[in-house]
Amino acid sequence: MSFLNINNLSVEYKMRRETVYAAKNVNIEVSKGEILGLVGESGSGKSTVGNAIINLIDEPGKVSNGSIVLDGINIHEDLENIVKYRGKKIGLIFQDPQTSLNPIITIGEQLIETIQTHLKLNINEAKDKAINLLKEVGIKDAENRFENYPHQFSGGMRQRVVISLALCCEPELLIADEPTTALDVSIQSQILELIKKLTKEKNLAVILITHDMGVIAETTDRVAVMKSGDLVEIGPTKEILTKPKEIYTKSLVSSVPPTNKKIERFKIIEKENKSQTATNIKILNRWNKKELLSQDLVEVKNLKKTFDDNFFSEDSNKSVMAVDNVSFKIKEGESFGLVGESGSGKSTIAKMIVNLYKPTSGDIDFDNVCITKIKKNSEMMKFRKQIQMIFQDPYSSLNGRLKVKDIVSEPIKLHNPSISSSDLDDYIYDLLESVELTQQSADRYPHEFSGGQRQRISIARALATQPRLLVCDEPTSALDVSIQAQILNLLKDLQEQLNLTILFISHDLPVVRQMCDRIAVLKNGKLCEISITEKLFENPSHDYTKELLKLMPKIESIYN
Amino acid sequence: MDNKGLTFWNRIKDSDIYFSFIKSPTAIISAIILIIIFFCSFFVEFVTPYNPFDPSSLSLMDAFTPPSWTEDGLAKFILGTDGQGRDMLSTILYGSRISLIVGFSAIIFSLILGVTLGLTAGYFGGKYEMIVMRLTDVQLTVPSILMALLVDGIARGIISRELHDEMAIYVLIFAIGISEWPQFARVSRASTLVEKNKDYVSASTIIGVSNLIIMFKHILPNILRPVLVIGTIGLALAIIAESTLSFLGVGVPPTTPSLGTLIRLGNDFLFSGEWWITFFPSIFLVILAFSINLLGDWMRDTLNPKLN
Repeated sequence: MSFLNINNLSVEYKMRRETVYAAKNVNIEVSKGEILGLVGESGSGKSTVGNAIINLIDEPGKVSNGSIVLDGINIHEDLENIVKYRGKKIGLIFQDPQTSLNPIITIGEQLIETIQTHLKLNINEAKDKAINLLKEVGIKDAENRFENYPHQFSGGMRQRVVISLALCCEPELLIADEPTTALDVSIQSQILELIKKLTKEKNLAVILITHDMGVIAETTDRVAVMKSGDLVEIGPTKEILTKPKEIYTKSLVSSVPPTNKKIERFKIIEKENKSQTATNIKILNRWNKKELLSQDLVEVKNLKKTFDDNFFSEDSNKSVMAVDNVSFKIKEGESFGLVGESGSGKSTIAKMIVNLYKPTSGDIDFDNVCITKIKKNSEMMKFRKQIQMIFQDPYSSLNGRLKVKDIVSEPIKLHNPSISSSDLDDYIYDLLESVELTQQSADRYPHEFSGGQRQRISIARALATQPRLLVCDEPTSALDVSIQAQILNLLKDLQEQLNLTILFISHDLPVVRQMCDRIAVLKNGKLCEISITEKLFENPSHDYTKELLKLMPKIESIYN
Repeated sequence: MDNKGLTFWNRIKDSDIYFSFIKSPTAIISAIILIIIFFCSFFVEFVTPYNPFDPSSLSLMDAFTPPSWTEDGLAKFILGTDGQGRDMLSTILYGSRISLIVGFSAIIFSLILGVTLGLTAGYFGGKYEMIVMRLTDVQLTVPSILMALLVDGIARGIISRELHDEMAIYVLIFAIGISEWPQFARVSRASTLVEKNKDYVSASTIIGVSNLIIMFKHILPNILRPVLVIGTIGLALAIIAESTLSFLGVGVPPTTPSLGTLIRLGNDFLFSGEWWITFFPSIFLVILAFSINLLGDWMRDTLNPKLN
């Protein structure tokens, strides 16, 4: 008998029209000293299972069937008493360290409060214990930091505090729900190391909920794969990832961008019976295809951008340097990658290239014309047409009050006011089919589409003006891996057939490796190095790049 | 979700707003009351048998008839008559038409003014925004009734006496409208600040869409929800403001009485025992304002994404 047994767990949400099963007959067991990964795409019910264990399911959801047996006791029999187990036997770590700590109470007080709720200790004993815990999770100078407020810690440090909170009553089961998703790669690896270490030392049973196959490969002993509430497959991590039995698991594993090599296209298993060939790009016959000359399309020269957040004084020393003296060139027809952690200024550069921000100093040349100095609106329109952008968040990048037809037609009508309405319709249909959407989509509203489909609409809109440069700002980071693979395939096809130049911005190194010919690495607004993709991955010259490459979670690590 | 092939009515039936409407008895009852009031007020000529403003149909013999259920009451005057023999029920319905016209016009006026200023202030920012928002602050320090009295006073000064009675209703609409716009400006500015940082606005900018089109085609439809909620509650306030001003004697003239004017006129008879002349217009006003407010509350709860 293992430590935690989840038997036939079902969770249902009674909605207005139908009952939605967030989990269906899930059977999972976890032993002490092991990390079980719970992996799945959004909506697969992985968080639901985690929440069901501690009975934190929100209305109108409820556990409709099954039992949860912790250490031989069915903890769902007596729901009143579940509070005893939360915190005491079961510790929790949530995704966002910003919101899981109370910002107006010092972390010391929060720790002491939690300790005293569950253990009978006086204030000094509790304080000693709290300080020891902070040391244990790797917070230096714990005695002094004890009095600090959450905002005085960085994201990674805050997540360590959250872990110490989860551990403070010596739980035997730890549930970590996407504990590193909100963190940068370098901090992610530290937190995962910490969880691994604590599991061994304290003999914990850990459930690690994540969508990231790399994290699963590097951290977990066993893994359970979920899909729309069903448990698809469960077993030792190595076995599942190397020899998956179910089709769904296979497709999940094959969608993960490999870190060690560049592949032509992602294999989409679900489409196996259909053709694996490239998308039929219907707009090709309308496209004013430029012959590729080996010239520089974009040249960024000594670009600087500062943000003044000080309203009252104009002290330029205090202003934040978002981009600091960055120069690079993008050749026509290539994919250029811009990589960095959060705050590295990569999105700011993108916004300056598409002319949403004005640079503080420095120039951006497009096709040998300096576009940062253009004053006249009519001049600018020529370049607006040639530079388009795809955004990260598929939900906020489409106006929910307009039909897809109107969203896609806006740029066409603006740049070609004389287009006839039948021609316009044909153009819209061609665009939609080029991004693998049906013609019927034109009459729908964005909220009827999934995240991946919305991103396709976004791409269709960007292509409507027949741009030469497509700026993609983290186009897939809000999407599930299998959808990400489809979108990346689509972008590759479009680039190949339309001779697009792509500026691809991402924090995700494996994705960049698949997409880009050359890569620039940014840190704190400064350029670290620019190099050809293969060379950068095989033989990085800058220390920061080396560190990033070493720390990124690798799905291949399972083979070693 | 396949909404194709559904008629417009079916689509409404399918929506969440309709669902929450039929689940809320308060909303249904207040909506029914409002529909009855609106209908009777706007089609008052067809609903009532009397025209209280046609002197030939009036008979002073009927003056001060109490409501029909009292001892001296007459069946043909359900709510009794006033001092000139006018049927109270008809007079109230004619009066509420004036009140509703003034209320709606005033709220539409202040909505257009407030939303335009708030939207542009939020979108452009900078000095323009500062001036507009400080203006709302200043305006909010002056109670709206005082503001309306001030406007009315100025209007009396510049419009000649003969014209004044004709112009009174427009002055009233302007006076109430000008005292309500700051709320709309504040709400629409705040929502604009949220919306303008969303990517769809950036996408339009990159495409090259002009500021005017971005503001009115893209942002405006997305900020209308909170504005409509405030508008509904503001409508009740505007109707009450109209009644207050008319009660104070600075509103519409007695020849075309609104609810407020009726209450003022009836007030003179209150202590001589003819209570119905002021009571029924007052209670009518209370029911009207209360129903609008309840409907507004329901709308606020339904349209607020945070409460869902």
